[in-house]
Amino acid sequence: MAKFEKASSIGEWLDQRIAVETLKKVMQTEYWIPKDINFLWAMGMVLAATFGILIVSGIFLLMYYQPHVDHAFDSVNYLIMTEVGYGWLWRHIHGVGASLVFLIIYIHMFTGIYYGSYKRGRELIWISGMLLFVLFSAEAFSGYMLPWGQMSYWAGMVITNLFSGGSLEAYGLVEWIRGDYVPAQAFLTRFFMLHVFLMPLMIIGAIVFHFGTLRIPHVNNQEGEDFDYAEAAELYKAGKVKESKVIPFSPVFLSKDVFVMGVYFVLFFYLVFYNFSFAMDPVNFDPANGLSTPAHIYPEWYFLWSYEILRPFSKDIGLILFAISQVIFFTLPFLDRSPNVAPASRRGLFKYWFWILLVDCLILTFMGKLPPTDPTFASIGLVSAVIFFALWIALPIITKLEKKL
Amino acid sequence: MSSRRDFMGMALGGFTALGGIGALYAMKKSWDPLPSVKAAGFTKIDLSSMVENKLAVEKWRGKPIFILKKTADMKKDDRDLIVGSDRYHLSIGLCTHLGCIPAYKPDDKKFLCACHGGEFDTAGNNLPGLPPPSPLEIPPFKLEGTTLVLGETGPEYQKMFDAGITV
Repeated sequence: MAKFEKASSIGEWLDQRIAVETLKKVMQTEYWIPKDINFLWAMGMVLAATFGILIVSGIFLLMYYQPHVDHAFDSVNYLIMTEVGYGWLWRHIHGVGASLVFLIIYIHMFTGIYYGSYKRGRELIWISGMLLFVLFSAEAFSGYMLPWGQMSYWAGMVITNLFSGGSLEAYGLVEWIRGDYVPAQAFLTRFFMLHVFLMPLMIIGAIVFHFGTLRIPHVNNQEGEDFDYAEAAELYKAGKVKESKVIPFSPVFLSKDVFVMGVYFVLFFYLVFYNFSFAMDPVNFDPANGLSTPAHIYPEWYFLWSYEILRPFSKDIGLILFAISQVIFFTLPFLDRSPNVAPASRRGLFKYWFWILLVDCLILTFMGKLPPTDPTFASIGLVSAVIFFALWIALPIITKLEKKL
Repeated sequence: MSSRRDFMGMALGGFTALGGIGALYAMKKSWDPLPSVKAAGFTKIDLSSMVENKLAVEKWRGKPIFILKKTADMKKDDRDLIVGSDRYHLSIGLCTHLGCIPAYKPDDKKFLCACHGGEFDTAGNNLPGLPPPSPLEIPPFKLEGTTLVLGETGPEYQKMFDAGITV
């Protein structure tokens, strides 16, 4: 047995037993963050904070929500919204938070793409981050089912239908996922379970993994500079704070994060209190009805770009391209053949690749919201979808041609 | 002795795998549609009260079902349901494009989907040049006199199915 001496403080007592001092060093005071970064490096902690707020608001909604096809709609729209004290607050925080979490995820992703923060030892950061994106998508979709309005029902119908695989006609699989021939009680209860338990559990696990993948390669910096962390850390610890290229994660970097979070939460709560309706689709204020389709079905804004990839093609090709678009971002560290870790502005053709991808995703998003009946917009959507895939085919070629910096 | 360890390892691994497969099977079965859901998957419809050129919408397995008694001037089709001297159109009322519910226009004698402008004739065939890729689907049915049982496969349906008229 280990030898224990009488501790003189609670901190020491804990340190003897679970090495809190070591833990604090590894994860906070000696977890070195480069100085040469900007506000975009705060998005990770902004996401963590938003996820925390989603959990807290979710807990309060969970206490009154009833996962039953006859009661779900009323429990949300009457019980929570009108009877429960501040029930409206939790709901609007939850709805706005779900929307903003995707906005920040996209900013976080494109920051990583711009600065090349997915290669040379940072591949797993990117892959675990993409895994989080997929898990958050599943979490958002399952949560969207719960108010059991018209959009919940028909989104559930259309998305589960995707699993029939077009001409494969795997309707057995679709019925298995639903537990019924159409979305009904079994469907609602299982998506309720996924939303409040399994998905959050997996997200928490994936966040821990994502942080873990970051620890050894360290975060990237604005110039993609590869310097000696041990040396920089020694300088910092020796008191030469100005000369050192690094700062400790906590409290120095975190205080900067908290400032960015402060700005972000001003926007967040402005939306929650004064402009929440963008996160509340009016069609979903009609109760689910399997015998009446809404005139125009569209997903929430954060799924529109991939929805627009599904739409302009014939059923089978659309499904295949949609499936590819869902996983193609995972392959980024391997399709980028250039050894350069640098901002896109200094990487030749990749600069154009980045901005075209960003603008193309925005165009796809706008086109996805419009009804496909207008031929002009339908062809813009088609061209944007083709460009999306052309970009991914071009990526290995243009990065192979890139000059080594 | 490594062979003894190997044996222990393999025995443990084998039983664990067996238990794992059993658990996966149970999980798969737990997600299957319940017997009560399956038992409720049959709908009986009386055809004798149908009016010509007036669409009846019934519900079967949560989906809308179209039944239209055809008038004499409507084009005959292999997809028609023949009961005595009458012809009926029977289909699942979901557009084969993206699953919206088309509306019946009795004056134009065709189905029109408001979502993306798809059209179907009175036999449920999709009109060319429009989004729907295939005709309206026909649900499995069985005829018992003038009563239609949806969810059971009768000889008429089997014939259509074998001929590739529906899936």
